[in-house]
Amino acid sequence: MVELEMLYREVVLEHNRRPRNFRRLAAPCGCTEGINALCGDRLRVCVRLEGEQIIEAAFEGSGCAISMASASMMTEAVTGSTRQQARAMVAALGLLLATGESHTLPDQLCALAAVKAFPSRVKCAVLAWEALRAALAGEHLAITTEDELQYTD
Amino acid sequence: MSAKLHAQGTAALPDIDALRAQFPILHQQVNGKPLVYLDNAASAQRPDCVIDAISQYYRRDHANVHRGVHTLSDRATQIFEQARETAARFINAGSSREIVWTRGTTEAINLVAQSYARPKLTTDDEILITWMEHHANIVPWQILAQQTGAHLRVVPVSDAGELDMEAFETMIGERTRLVAVGHVSNSLGTINPVADIVRLAHAYDVPVLIDGAQAVPHLEVDVQALGCDFYAFSGHKVFGPTGIGVLWARERLLEAMPPWHGGGEMIRTVSFQGSTWNELPFKFEAGTPHIAGAVGLGVALEWFMNQDRVALARHEAQLLAECTDCIESLPGLRIVGTAVDKVSVVAFVADDIHAHDLGTILDHEGVAIRTGHHCTMPLMERFAVPATARASMAFYNTSAEIVRLHAALERAIKLFRA
Repeated sequence: MVELEMLYREVVLEHNRRPRNFRRLAAPCGCTEGINALCGDRLRVCVRLEGEQIIEAAFEGSGCAISMASASMMTEAVTGSTRQQARAMVAALGLLLATGESHTLPDQLCALAAVKAFPSRVKCAVLAWEALRAALAGEHLAITTEDELQYTD
Repeated sequence: MSAKLHAQGTAALPDIDALRAQFPILHQQVNGKPLVYLDNAASAQRPDCVIDAISQYYRRDHANVHRGVHTLSDRATQIFEQARETAARFINAGSSREIVWTRGTTEAINLVAQSYARPKLTTDDEILITWMEHHANIVPWQILAQQTGAHLRVVPVSDAGELDMEAFETMIGERTRLVAVGHVSNSLGTINPVADIVRLAHAYDVPVLIDGAQAVPHLEVDVQALGCDFYAFSGHKVFGPTGIGVLWARERLLEAMPPWHGGGEMIRTVSFQGSTWNELPFKFEAGTPHIAGAVGLGVALEWFMNQDRVALARHEAQLLAECTDCIESLPGLRIVGTAVDKVSVVAFVADDIHAHDLGTILDHEGVAIRTGHHCTMPLMERFAVPATARASMAFYNTSAEIVRLHAALERAIKLFRA
C-alpha cells in the first residue's frame, strides 16, 4: 500500500516521536487552541513576535501522528518568517492538502501532501495551522477544524 | 481478565458462513482486501430479508397509515402495526400499546426527559445517571436540569469499567426522581446489573430508564423480567434500518404523560378551543411516521428471533475471548474496559500510536474499526485517554477476521516502531 507508506513517511513519524518546539512559550504574543472534537485532538499553538517577525513558535497538547507532525513541522517552518509570510504559508498548506500543489511551500512540508489521499485525515493536518492563523490574528478563542460534530455512535 | 462466557455449554456453533451469506454488504473488497467489519457497535449491517422488505414495501404497499379507507392505506397500516407487535414480542412488552416508534434511542430518551420528567421536577430533585453513559443518555438530562433546576448526579465507574454499585446505593435516595442507565456500555462493552439497579431504585419508588441500544444485538431482553419502567433501543444496531427506534414504557406511565410533539396522528380532535389526544401509542407519534423503517425493523427483529440466539451468544463470547487475547498479545497495547461481564466489544489504546492512526492503517488493511471518543467524552476523561480504538463484533464475524485484525495491528506497530 504505497499511499499508506507515503502518509506515514519516516519524516512524519520522526516528527511525531520527537516533536520540535513542543513546549510552553514563556511570554507569548498570541496563543490559540485548536480542537478536533471528533478525534479528541487538542493543540495549543503560541507565537512570540518582534515587530512583524516570528521569533518563536511552539505548541503543546496531544493528537494523532499527522496532527503532531504537522504542528512540529509548522513551528520549524514559520520561525523567522514575518506574520505576512506565515499567513501565506497557512494558505499554501491548505492548497497543498486540497490540490497537491506545493510550489510556494518549503520542501520539508511537502511530506504532508500525502494526507490529500486520506480525506478524513485532512483536518488533522490543518489543525495546528488554523490555530496559528488565529493566534497571529489575535483570536484567542479555541478554533475547530470541523464544520459539524458527529453525535452518532 | 478473561471475559465471562454468557452462553455456557458444548452445543455446536452456528453456521456462520450461512449467516454471512445473508448479509450482502460483508462480501466486498475495501482497499483491495476483503472487508472485515468490526464497527457493529456504531451500526450493524442488515440481512437481505430486511433490505427486500423495505424495497417491497415501497414497490407494492406504501400509502399513509391510519388515514385512508383505500386498500393500500389499509395494507400499509396492517404491516406497520404488525411490526409494532413484533417489537413488543422482541422485548416481551405487555402490549403493543406500550411500543412507541421513535427515530432512535436518542429521541426516545428525549421523549422521556421532556414528557415524563420535566413536568415533575423541582430544584430539590435529582436525576441519577452513570459515568459510562453515551452522550444520548447525558445531554437530554443536562438540558432537563437546566430547564427545571433539578440536579444531575453521576455514579462513578471502576478502573475495570464496572459501575460502582456501592456508590449507587449511597447516591440513590429520597431526592432521586429517575435513574437512567445504559444496559451495555458502547465504549467498554460492560453489561450493567440493570435488574439490581431496578430493584434498588424501586425501593425508593424511583422509575428506571434503560438505554438498551447496545444490549439488544447481544442479549435477550425481557422488560418484564428486568422490571424497568422505560426501555429504549435503535433499529440500526439490531440489524434493522436507521432512523427508527423504540421507546417501551409501562402503559400507566404513558397514559399519564402529556404529548411531546404535536401534529397529525397524535390527536383525536382538533379545534381552536382545544384539542384532545389520540390513544396509546399514537399520542406520542406526531406526523407521518417512518413507516418503511418500522416495517424493516419488524422484519429484522423477526429474523433475529428466529435464529438460535444461545448459539449466536456463544459464538460472540468466543470472538470476545479471541479479540481480547489478540490485543493482549500485542506489545504496548492495552484494553480499556475489562469488566467481568461484557459483550463482544473491545476498546484499546496503544502507548505510542494514536487511535486515529490505528484506524487509518487498519482501514488500509480492509479492517473497519471505530476510533475516537465514541460519544462518551466524560468516560474518556475518566480513563485519561483522548480516544480509543474499538473493535465491536457481531455474530456474523469470524475467528479468521480476528486473525486479520491481529495482522493489521502488527502492521501498524511495525510501521510506527520501525
